[in-house]
Amino acid sequence: MADIGLGHYLTVAAILFAIGMAGIFINRKNVIVILMSIELMLLAVNINLVAFSQFLGDLTGQVFAFMVLTVAAAEAAVGLAILVAYFRNRGDIAVEDANLMKN
Amino acid sequence: MSIAAIAFFVFAAAVIASALMVVASKNPVHSVLFLITAFISAAGLFVLMGAEYLAMVLVVVYVGAVAVLFLFVVMMLDVDFVELKQGFLQYLPVAGVLATIVVVELIMVVAVWTAPSDAEFARAHPAPTAAETITDPNGPTNIEALGLILYTDYIHYFQIAGIVLLVAMIGAIILTFRTREGVRRQDPAAQVARKRKDGVELVDIKSGQGLS
Repeated sequence: MADIGLGHYLTVAAILFAIGMAGIFINRKNVIVILMSIELMLLAVNINLVAFSQFLGDLTGQVFAFMVLTVAAAEAAVGLAILVAYFRNRGDIAVEDANLMKN
Repeated sequence: MSIAAIAFFVFAAAVIASALMVVASKNPVHSVLFLITAFISAAGLFVLMGAEYLAMVLVVVYVGAVAVLFLFVVMMLDVDFVELKQGFLQYLPVAGVLATIVVVELIMVVAVWTAPSDAEFARAHPAPTAAETITDPNGPTNIEALGLILYTDYIHYFQIAGIVLLVAMIGAIILTFRTREGVRRQDPAAQVARKRKDGVELVDIKSGQGLS
């Protein structure tokens, strides 16, 4: 077995990203799982950034992984707050019925 | 196979398996727990890549804060999750096809991409400072090197990250804040502005008649 190189990490990140994307498709009704799938995709991006940072010997990638981490945390906080507010108004979290602003 | 290679395959398999379970699990509480497993395994991958500080941040921020937030919300909302799971099989084929296409494409990109050779890289990045090299065993540690560039070259990004977190905090508070009816709160301004005539009434009561 060859040494673990950049390609291995990028492959793991690609698979993780695709799983997150598929998760958004198959859990279309469940916002909580959609948010978790987005977190998985951001994690895949972070793995890519750190892998390139390591194998190119440039720490900039890790700094940007921090930024992605910050944005992911902010996104989770705001997304869940919206979810709680939505649940208070509707008593449900089914996103496909979310058409209050259309009417 | 070296220890590092075995560790890589174990962590990678754990990340992918738990990510699959996050997506496929019927119970959202289980999804959150598998998400925590995925993050911890990814932290293991980060340690293997030499990004120790980022691995620790991943555990503290994601497992300690984000995943617990998810857990709170999942347990707080009284939702029939079985009903939300309907349509799972309906969308499974299209999701599987799309995911396969994306994986194949990305892996093809990875397979044909070659890293720039050392000479090319040196030309593109003339004379990296000591803080930028992380492979030197006698150089600064990962966290030290990160701090050296995060607080100097990337100070504006650092401050923007702070602002992003502040805005998210304010947004989350405003979105979930509500003034509830029937809760008696202190209102210092109203209390201070109260005059004697608002609260006290002097009544002359005639003897033997009582009040009213």
